[in-house]
Amino acid sequence: MSILWKRKDLVGLKDLEAEEIQLVLDTAKSLQEISLRPVKKVPTLRGRTVANLFFEPSTRTRVSFELAEKRLSADAINFTSAGSSTVKGETLKDTVRNIESLKVDLIVMRHPASGAPHRLAESLPISVVNAGDGINEHPTQALLDMFTIREKKGHLAGIKVAFVGDIVHSRVARSNIWGLTKMGAEVTLCAPKTLLPAQVEALGVRATSNLEEAIHEADVINLLRIQMERQSESYFPSIREYANNYQINRDVLKHAKPDVLIMHPGPVNRGIELSSDVMDSPYSVILDQVTNGLAVRMAVLYLLSGVRNRAAKKASVHS
Amino acid sequence: MDSDELNRAVTRIAHEILEKNKGTEDLVLVGIRTGGAVLAKRFQEKMESIEKKQIPFGLLDITLYRDDLSEIGPQPNVRETEIYFDVSGKKVVLVDDVLFSGRTIRCALDALIDLGRPKSIQLAVLIDRGHRELPIKPDYVGKNIPTSHDEKVVVKFKEHDGEDNVIVVTEGES
Repeated sequence: MSILWKRKDLVGLKDLEAEEIQLVLDTAKSLQEISLRPVKKVPTLRGRTVANLFFEPSTRTRVSFELAEKRLSADAINFTSAGSSTVKGETLKDTVRNIESLKVDLIVMRHPASGAPHRLAESLPISVVNAGDGINEHPTQALLDMFTIREKKGHLAGIKVAFVGDIVHSRVARSNIWGLTKMGAEVTLCAPKTLLPAQVEALGVRATSNLEEAIHEADVINLLRIQMERQSESYFPSIREYANNYQINRDVLKHAKPDVLIMHPGPVNRGIELSSDVMDSPYSVILDQVTNGLAVRMAVLYLLSGVRNRAAKKASVHS
Repeated sequence: MDSDELNRAVTRIAHEILEKNKGTEDLVLVGIRTGGAVLAKRFQEKMESIEKKQIPFGLLDITLYRDDLSEIGPQPNVRETEIYFDVSGKKVVLVDDVLFSGRTIRCALDALIDLGRPKSIQLAVLIDRGHRELPIKPDYVGKNIPTSHDEKVVVKFKEHDGEDNVIVVTEGES
């Protein structure tokens, strides 16, 4: 842990170096202990204000960020505008103006448009954390996935991770691919051809539509939610057929390693991508992911908050 | 301060801690990362060999409690606080290598109290170099070394640096 964090924003894992990912994971490890204390709070971000802007529905990510902010003693304000598909370019600009007037120190944003947090980060002197943008990235989810794998398996290098499910629409998969390949893990994507992105080899990963082949050597199976709301677009004939071919259940796990980890970013469609009994079995680390997400988000908030200071200082000198 | 002097100071402080606390009952050692970690471990070994009793030992990282986090640039790296016992009701001996402004100790007191309600907190340091900025006073001191502000006290331990010694250097040298 010799390097120091120098970035103002966390918009994606695409831009990060392996050492920076390592630093976030190590910092998260150090911060984990706070949530086990009788007083689950440290004064580190006292007096700082974080705005959570969620232009898309979210439960666990928003709650996780909010709790992370509170554990670090920051003040949190929440904006949610669930549903509205008109939240685009111009509105974002207006949002920026409003946020600036409120003198917040850090913005956590989820937005349906890919690239929205990048634009915000460029136009603001304060830190921006991407909490999911369109089908582009969801960096804190990938970081908590990597943290969980590292915690359970001891390391990331050489670990084989299979992603099964709706990969083409998954920002979770995309961030994980960037992160895991940088950390030396081997990634396999598995889905019906219609749900696989084009030219996956360019990303340095393998792709297959055969579930057995995908999970045979996997140390980790990371499942992605089948997005029911997209069924009208007919990516596969029926939910039942998808479940028949791609569901992870006891039978399918006979083809996997005995110590394979089952992960899922949530929310899970029980009985579709994952059978109920496996979800509640020792294979599943889905609830560990939720716990670890808190420490990872605390780490990100902590690391970014240092860099903001310098930027703000510079700004005040100029004004 | 060479290896022998350092060792004698550790031995003396270990005896002083045991004398003042009338033995090891409810006594725990907490080293402040990173400088206090090795020193606290040495106190533990010394005191356990004197009393033939085990003394709980923990490590405290004070980074999250620093009062200068809003001033400095990139955030300092946080290391793990490893205190696996309940500090409530315990006589805690905080250990650090060099006592200077007292700000680190202020952080450590806040951090410790967030972990529980110790019966008492005492402070043991190897070097007291003066220049306190807060009303903090050590209970056990290895050596008082008067310094000027532009000097720096460098403490080296065999465990990390291959040798035991304490030197005073002027800023710019090292």
